[in-house]
Amino acid sequence: MVDRLVTAIAEMREEEALAITRELLGAGTPPTQILDDCRAAMEIVGQRFEQGKYFIPELILAGEMLKAISDLVKPHIKQEAEVKKLGKVVLGTVRGDIHDIGKNIVGFMLDANGFEVYDLGIDVPPEAFVEKVREVQPQVVALSGFLTLSYDSMKETVEALKAAGLRDRVKIMVGGGTVDEKVCTYAGADAFGADAMAAVTLARQWTR
Amino acid sequence: MNEEWSRLTPAQKLEARFSEWSSAPGVQFATPEAERAYHERTQMFRDATQLKKPVRVPIALNVGIFPYAYAGVTVQDVMYDYEKLGLAFKKFNQDFTTDSLSTCIFGAPGKVFDILDYKLYRWPGHGVSPTSSYQCVEDEYMRADEYDQFIADPSNYFLRVYLPRIFGALQPWSMLPPLTDILELPFVGASLIPVGLPPVQEAFRKYLEAGQAALEWIQAAGAIDGWSTANLGLPPLWAGISKAPFDTLGDTLRGTRAIMLDKFRQPAKLLAALDRILPLAIEMGVRWATNQHGVFAFIPLHKGADGFMSDEDFRTFYWPTLKGLILGLVNEGVVPWLFVEGGYNQRLDVIADRDIPAGTTVWIFDRTDMKEVKKRFTGWACFGGNVPASLLQAGTPEDVRNYVRRLIDDVAGDGGFILANGAVLDHARPENVRAMIDASREYGVYR
Repeated sequence: MVDRLVTAIAEMREEEALAITRELLGAGTPPTQILDDCRAAMEIVGQRFEQGKYFIPELILAGEMLKAISDLVKPHIKQEAEVKKLGKVVLGTVRGDIHDIGKNIVGFMLDANGFEVYDLGIDVPPEAFVEKVREVQPQVVALSGFLTLSYDSMKETVEALKAAGLRDRVKIMVGGGTVDEKVCTYAGADAFGADAMAAVTLARQWTR
Repeated sequence: MNEEWSRLTPAQKLEARFSEWSSAPGVQFATPEAERAYHERTQMFRDATQLKKPVRVPIALNVGIFPYAYAGVTVQDVMYDYEKLGLAFKKFNQDFTTDSLSTCIFGAPGKVFDILDYKLYRWPGHGVSPTSSYQCVEDEYMRADEYDQFIADPSNYFLRVYLPRIFGALQPWSMLPPLTDILELPFVGASLIPVGLPPVQEAFRKYLEAGQAALEWIQAAGAIDGWSTANLGLPPLWAGISKAPFDTLGDTLRGTRAIMLDKFRQPAKLLAALDRILPLAIEMGVRWATNQHGVFAFIPLHKGADGFMSDEDFRTFYWPTLKGLILGLVNEGVVPWLFVEGGYNQRLDVIADRDIPAGTTVWIFDRTDMKEVKKRFTGWACFGGNVPASLLQAGTPEDVRNYVRRLIDDVAGDGGFILANGAVLDHARPENVRAMIDASREYGVYR
C-alpha cells in the first residue's frame, strides 16, 4: 500500500503521488507514515541523482511533490512530531549575487535529508552570516554564488566569521556557477561541492 | 537578400560572408599596420573555423565587465556615460590586444532600461552594486497556461502580454488589440481606439523616448568600437546573435524552474513552443549577421549543460531545435559561435553530429574536458576554450601560463582551435589576462 506512494514519487509520477496521498489520508493513514514515505522516496531520488540517472528537473519536481503532499497532510497533523535533525546548516547566496536556483535546490536536498536549514536568501552580506551563525550555532555554513564576483564575497564571509571568532566552530562549503576547488582555497572554505547531493554528503560527513 | 543570393550554395554564402568581413566594409584604417593586422586576424579565424592551421592560435576573449574596473570606472558609470564607456574599452583593447575586437555593446544603455522600467533584470544602481554586472530576476514571465497563446502567435503574445509584463512603462500595451485585427476599412477605426487611450499614448511616448536613447547609445558605442577596429586592426567577431530555443523559453519566458516542470507536466506543448521559436531564432541570427557584415553568430548555451537534464531529455528537448538553429544558420553561410557555458562532458557524442557540415561551426567550451572534445571534433568542427574563470581570478600568472601551454600542447596541434576564456572575464586579475594572451603568442605559433 504505502510502497505505491514511495514508487510514485521516486518515479516522478506527480498526479499519481498526490492521488495516493489523498486516498491514504481518506483511509485514515497516520500523517507521519505518509511523511516517512516521502523521506524514503527522497532517499531513492538522491541515490539516482548521485548515480547520474536523475538531474536538476527531477530534484525540482520532487520538491514540488513534497510541498504539495505536505500541504495535504498538514491539516491532519494534530501536533508536530519532534523529528531528530542531523544538524544545522546556515545557507545563502553571498553578497552581490542574486541567483538562487542552485541555492534553493541545495537547501531543499539538505532539508529532505534531515538537516535543519536556515536559508538567508540572496545577496547576503558577511555580517548576516555572522549574526545567524552566532544565533543558531550551526555545524555547517553553505555559501552559494553564480557570478565571479562571488569569489571575493565568499572570501569576505569566511574572513568575517574568522574575525567574529566563529570560524573554528563551523565547516564551510562553497558551490555554484564557476566555483571550484581553486575558489574554495581562495575563499578559505573547507570544501567545494559540485551539486546538491555533494552538499548533502559533505554535511553528513561534518555532522557525524 | 536578393535572388542571386538565394541561388548560392551554403558554402558559397559562407565564402561571400568571409570575403565581406575581411574586406572591412566602411572601415578607414588609421595606419597600414592596422589594416594588415585586421586581414591577418580575420584570416586566422577563417583558417581555424575551416579546420586549417592558422599562422598561430587565434585568441578571443569574452570580457564581460572586466574593462571597467581595469580602467577605474564602475559598471554604473559606463551604462550612462558613454565617454567613460569609450575610455574603458579603448584602453582595454589597446592594453590587451587579442585577435578580435572586444566590443563595448554589451555595456548596455541604462537610460533605455530606466525609461522603460525594465523588470527582468537588476543592474548597477537598480538593485545591484555600482560595480556588479546586470543580473536576471528569474520568474514565470510567461505563465504555465499561456503556451497555446504563445504558440498561436509569438509576436502578438510578446506585444500584448510579455512586453507589458517585463517593462513597467509598456504595461498599457496589454490594452492593444492584435495587429491582425486590421483587415479592411471598417476595422481600422475600431482597432485604433485603444491607441488613443491616455495610458497607451503615454506608453508609446516612453517607447519613442527609449528609442531615441538607444540611438544615442549605439552612435556612441559604434564610434568606440569603430575606433578600436580602425586603430588597432581588431575585427569584430560576433555579427549575429541568437539563442537555443530551449534557452529562449527557459531563461526569460518560463524561467529555469518552470521549464523543468513543463518537461513533466506539459511536454507536448513545450516541444510545440520550441518548434515555433526555431524559425524566429534562425531569422534573427541571419539578419544580424547580414546587417553587421560579419560571419559569426554568437549563441550562448545555458540550460542544456551537464546536470541540467538527462541525456534522453537533452536529445528530446534541447538538442533538436539547437541543431535546427545551427543548420539554419549554416545554410545561410552564417557560422554559429557556440559559447558552451558550464560542462558539456555528457553531451559531446550528441553535439558532434555529422549532419552539421565540417568546418562550419565554432564551439567555445568552459568546464568540458578538452581532450575529449578534440577526439570528437578533429576534422569536423573548430573548437576552443577553456581557461577557467576561477584560474583567471584566483590563480597566479604562472598558473595561467602553464594552463595555456598545456592546453595548446594537448589539443591545438592540428589547427581548428581558438584560445578563449571559459566563462566571462568579469573579475579576473589583469596580470592573469596578460599572461593568457602572452602565453598564446609564445606557445601558439604553428610551424
